[in-house]
Amino acid sequence: MSSNDSTRKTLIVAFLLCIVCSVIVSAAVVMLKPVQEVNKTLDRKRNILAAAGMLVEDQSVEEQFSRVQTRVVDLRTGEFADKAVDPDKYDQRRAAKDPQSSDVLTDEQDLAKISRREQFALVYFVQDSRGEIEKIILPIRGYGLWSTLYGFIALESDANTVAGVGFYEHGETPGLGGEVDNPRWKAFWPGKQVYRDGEVQIGLIKGSVDPDSINAAWQVDGLAGATLTARGVTNLVQFWLGENGFKPFLNNLRAGEA
Amino acid sequence: MSAIKETLIGPIFKNNPIALQILGVCSALAVTSSLKVTLVMCVALTLVTGFSGMFISSIRNHIPSSIRIIVQMVIIASLVIVVDQFLKAYAFAISKQLSVFVGLIITNCIVMGRAEAYAMKNPPVASFVDGIGNGLGYSIVLISVALVRELLGAGKLMGYEILPLVTDGGWYVPNGLLLLPPSAFFLIGGFIWALRSVRKEQVEAPEFKLARHTVVGESA
Repeated sequence: MSSNDSTRKTLIVAFLLCIVCSVIVSAAVVMLKPVQEVNKTLDRKRNILAAAGMLVEDQSVEEQFSRVQTRVVDLRTGEFADKAVDPDKYDQRRAAKDPQSSDVLTDEQDLAKISRREQFALVYFVQDSRGEIEKIILPIRGYGLWSTLYGFIALESDANTVAGVGFYEHGETPGLGGEVDNPRWKAFWPGKQVYRDGEVQIGLIKGSVDPDSINAAWQVDGLAGATLTARGVTNLVQFWLGENGFKPFLNNLRAGEA
Repeated sequence: MSAIKETLIGPIFKNNPIALQILGVCSALAVTSSLKVTLVMCVALTLVTGFSGMFISSIRNHIPSSIRIIVQMVIIASLVIVVDQFLKAYAFAISKQLSVFVGLIITNCIVMGRAEAYAMKNPPVASFVDGIGNGLGYSIVLISVALVRELLGAGKLMGYEILPLVTDGGWYVPNGLLLLPPSAFFLIGGFIWALRSVRKEQVEAPEFKLARHTVVGESA
């Protein structure tokens, strides 16, 4: 069929095909968008609950999350900034990459190797039935061996005792650095102390913690065979709970002035 | 009817896209570390191969040969985007794990290969069946690779613990290599070897033979 190869036919086929395909694709995207948005929000809430060690599998995530209040913190001042940013619409990961909404960290400051820090961060408060703060959940991230680890750390209401740690996204070696997902390792965290005389002290050590050591309260068991991932985790926890992370905010909170 | 059956069953062992045609190996390495993800990937690829074959075949008499590859790509890409959108809406956790690999079905050699080799020359129904058959052939390799990788690499199947791991207080020391992509190479190699030991006709004739060494000695 030589008529197929005429310029006219070629253009017509190409044009019609593009129209038909783009209609199909855009229809699928537009119609499925609401369901996808719901999934995304659910996923984020599930990650937060899991990090805090509060996730119960059989219960609906929405119900469990109803006890959690989301607030915005200005990391530069350590104060609440709910007026400046709408917590429901704020995309922290995008903000961290955007030069408009993030600041460059100097090598000295950049413990977690993230190069830029966003100006605003979302924090989550778990409240008890009387509205008192029970737990504070903070987003953390930093570079391990191969990848950036994204997670949350949950603190008790004293803003010093760890209630749980969890990572929801990373690309560390399965079986070695990937053991950050192991529930047995995560179980070492609750009860540990973050600050000692106002300085961040918490960190991973090589091997197991000696429970009789005077430093035991600030030490977490290392990950066997994953020295660099363990170092990354120590650095990122120290960065986010330190001077350039949430420490000013936590100090304000403790003083009741945030 | 038997021709249709042959088109459907043939690609599973006789003319397997991965084992005989050596197509689509890339995604076979990437998504086979857990069985659940693998199953979703197999369903997605089978559907895309089937429907792209059908659509391409139904307009095959109108496709100008100068832009035929682009036309095939546009149809395949549209289908893949639709599948990806559906996964994001109804299987969010799995679509996160599959991440870019759903998108990469577009470049999967099986889909393109079947479109060009079969759908361009055969009627829609046969092309659809051919696509599904090749998808099944791809699936059987992926599923067997994933079975071995997840069971021996993580001690689990479909996320359920089968072999209790030492790190969780059990007795099984997992083989970490099996969770890394290169292990799929060994397993696919083993699969091809096993298949060709049973079906000797699949063994390719060597393309050339080493000639005997003919230089006797150096002439002055």
